[in-house]
Amino acid sequence: MAFYVVQFLTGLASAASLFLVASGLSIIFGVTRIVNFAHGAFYMLGAYVAFTLTERLEGAFGFWGGIVIAALVVAAIGVLVEMVLLRRIYHSPELFQLLATFGLTLMVEDLVVLIWGPDDLVGRRAPGFKGAIDFFGQNIPSYDLFLIVLGPVVLGVLWLLFQRTRWGVLVRAATQDRDMVAALGVNQKWLFTSVFALGVFLAALGGALQIPRDAVNHAMDLRVIVEVFVVVVIGGLGSIIGAFVAAVLVSELNAFGILIFPKISIILVFLVMAVVLIVRPWGLFGKPEAPARRTPGLTVNPWRPLTTNERLAAIAVLVVAAALPFIAGNYVLTVGSEIAIFVIFAVSLHFLMSVGGLASFGHAAYFGLGAYGVALLAKMAGLPMIACLLLGPLLGLMGAGVFGFFAVQLSGVYFAMLTLAFAQIVWSIAFQWVSVTGGDNGILGVWPEKWAASPSHFYWLSLGIAAFAVVILRIIVFSPFGFALRATRDSPLRSEAIGINGKRIQWTAFVIAGTVAGLAGALFAYLKGSVFPDNMGISLSVDALVMVLLGGVETVSGAVVGAIVYKALNIWLVSQTDWSKLVLGAFVVLIVVAFPKGIVGTLEALMHRRRKSSSAASPLLTSRIETAE
Amino acid sequence: MSMVPTLLSVEGLTKSYGGVHAVRGVSFELRAGEILALIGPNGAGKSTCFDMLNGQNVPDSGRIRVLGAETTGKKPRVIWRMGVGRTFQIAATFPTMTVRENVQVALVSHGDQLFNLWTSTARHARDEAGRLLDLVGMGAYAERPCGELAYGDVKRLELAIALANQPKLLLMDEPTAGMAPRERVELMRLTARIAREQSIGVLFTEHDMDVVFEHADRILVLNRGTLIAEGSPEEVRGNAQVRAIYLGEGLVYDARHREGASA
Repeated sequence: MAFYVVQFLTGLASAASLFLVASGLSIIFGVTRIVNFAHGAFYMLGAYVAFTLTERLEGAFGFWGGIVIAALVVAAIGVLVEMVLLRRIYHSPELFQLLATFGLTLMVEDLVVLIWGPDDLVGRRAPGFKGAIDFFGQNIPSYDLFLIVLGPVVLGVLWLLFQRTRWGVLVRAATQDRDMVAALGVNQKWLFTSVFALGVFLAALGGALQIPRDAVNHAMDLRVIVEVFVVVVIGGLGSIIGAFVAAVLVSELNAFGILIFPKISIILVFLVMAVVLIVRPWGLFGKPEAPARRTPGLTVNPWRPLTTNERLAAIAVLVVAAALPFIAGNYVLTVGSEIAIFVIFAVSLHFLMSVGGLASFGHAAYFGLGAYGVALLAKMAGLPMIACLLLGPLLGLMGAGVFGFFAVQLSGVYFAMLTLAFAQIVWSIAFQWVSVTGGDNGILGVWPEKWAASPSHFYWLSLGIAAFAVVILRIIVFSPFGFALRATRDSPLRSEAIGINGKRIQWTAFVIAGTVAGLAGALFAYLKGSVFPDNMGISLSVDALVMVLLGGVETVSGAVVGAIVYKALNIWLVSQTDWSKLVLGAFVVLIVVAFPKGIVGTLEALMHRRRKSSSAASPLLTSRIETAE
Repeated sequence: MSMVPTLLSVEGLTKSYGGVHAVRGVSFELRAGEILALIGPNGAGKSTCFDMLNGQNVPDSGRIRVLGAETTGKKPRVIWRMGVGRTFQIAATFPTMTVRENVQVALVSHGDQLFNLWTSTARHARDEAGRLLDLVGMGAYAERPCGELAYGDVKRLELAIALANQPKLLLMDEPTAGMAPRERVELMRLTARIAREQSIGVLFTEHDMDVVFEHADRILVLNRGTLIAEGSPEEVRGNAQVRAIYLGEGLVYDARHREGASA
């Protein structure tokens, strides 16, 4: 019995940090309507800065002072980020806000390694809370008790802040209707900045307080952000009480989940989240409010199928690509195969994102499932390569079927958070279920059969499948289903009013995208001869997002160009620098701020302008015909 | 009159929000080819009533039947498939498609082709879409991007979309809101003509009393959630209770109308 009580208290202690970070995210979202993907990065920065300060400053005062100063320092960095970056994108489509803050996360990950090194850092114990308390033969660290008390105290302080101060009243008012608050003459700029500072302060404090419990490392940002997303999805975005209750719930589920499913404890949290999403899609304490902004929103030029000339040009390009083995060496052909595989992966996400308006931040999950599908079939069942290539992607299909069902119940930022959380769940299953997946060691020796083994043959195979996938998805875009999908994206209200079951259409699109991504993963397993958990990791999901963005979100097949350019750049970059995440993150931020239409989108806009230079410019970003949601 | 079938029948429709009766025991009928206006001051329960008819809101009690079939509490998409078209207060169309494609999507849905992944939509019901666009006077704009249309044209396009399933009943929420005065008259004349020709029943809510009294065959007046008057424009205009609620508006209209008549 005592053991369960201790387990319960450990859960409560973990909830404190989680609550701090989640409440910060919720407060920022409430006022600015931005889901700050960089919140985990601020949490991590808080821990690193606090580590340095508490090492330098002496005594109990030095320790506690160091924690608070660290949170203040990071909050100041947050203010800088808000003023330099976020102010430029408050009116951009949601997708770009998510991507920009995600780019920041990538940059911070490399920056902390640059500054503090790649090794885990073990910080000081908290003065005054170094020991443990005996509880019927079980030890409870006294620092845990401190955290258990701290959580409700912070909740109380936040409540007082929002109920009893003028600033708090303004924040609550802005959370309800920020346009009205602006109309009343409140300086919105500084309100947003101060709210962002408070949110970042809470995140950094949460990170700093982890020092005595856990080693500081450069992967803690993603771990916490996924948990925080689960917390706000369960508790409801924008609700501080919800963040508290859900943080406790999630932490307890983790604490006891380990006892029930020691290998894959995250399953229990997932099940609870699934139930909450079905019963209350907007979270336990959230309000049902649909994000009104359309995901795309840069242009209104209707899509057209290729003209005959354009089709001939595309075939000519394909023929040239197919001639590559006659002039290039094996290395180039292997790179070419990889690029072809990433074209498949990118177009699958593009289909979901651009046609469906559903920006998945965890698309790598289905790529990875396809790869693992092939590896398991080839190694365990010993099936021939053709069978593996056909059946492997079915694992991606099944994963997309299950996760997609829940994900499409939500839209916008919730959808992005949920897909990211799902991908992390899949990743941790691959990582933890060692007996089946080999865990960190992956599954090795997945080699293609003789007929496809030579670099030129494998290149032709990849190129052929890539061309096939692009054509099939284009056909679907212009099919009645594709139009129904775009209709649901453009106006959920109108599509429902003409008999379209939007959720079912989107679910189908999710499954199609997941299956095609699985196909890419299946080929990738054969290309590399192995599969690893990283084949479904977050950085791969981000790669896909960047490829789509680079090509142009609002084009029909821009992702093809985006994938080729990005992958070629990426392979070159990795060979040139150790800080690829830093460069990549900066690249993402740059595209979002300076180049939101992407390569193909910009070219299309130029051609469009030339064609009809006489008539008025099409309304950019300000389509006033929107549904009354 | 009794030969014309009852299209829509509403019995004892009731909805309350935490003690406040938004709509209380509303009953009425609508016949084919009839244009019925639902009016009332702000907060009278028009929107709640309307949302229950189109499936966006579920009534606490009461029944709604379209051509004898129960639609109470059904989803908007199901009600649409039972032959009810609708337009929104702020026109809802698909801004990234062409005008023709907007109508084609509705026709695709009507033809149960939504999960067709293979054929090209461009050839799907092209002529039928053109015919609907001609009907609302938008034929010349068929290939234009919907996002570039003037608002009055978007409204007409929305009407064409709403007609794509050959509805028996058309629900129009504030059809002329946000339009210029001349466009208002044109849209309502067009609606009335189509309703008569195809004997479609039309139920609309409206703030503009000129529009209501000129185009409605019959008027329902809602106040504080209950129907307080029902009848022809003349009957409603003469109703003392309605005058009391509308005070200024009704009198102003009356005076102007007489002026026009004597001229």
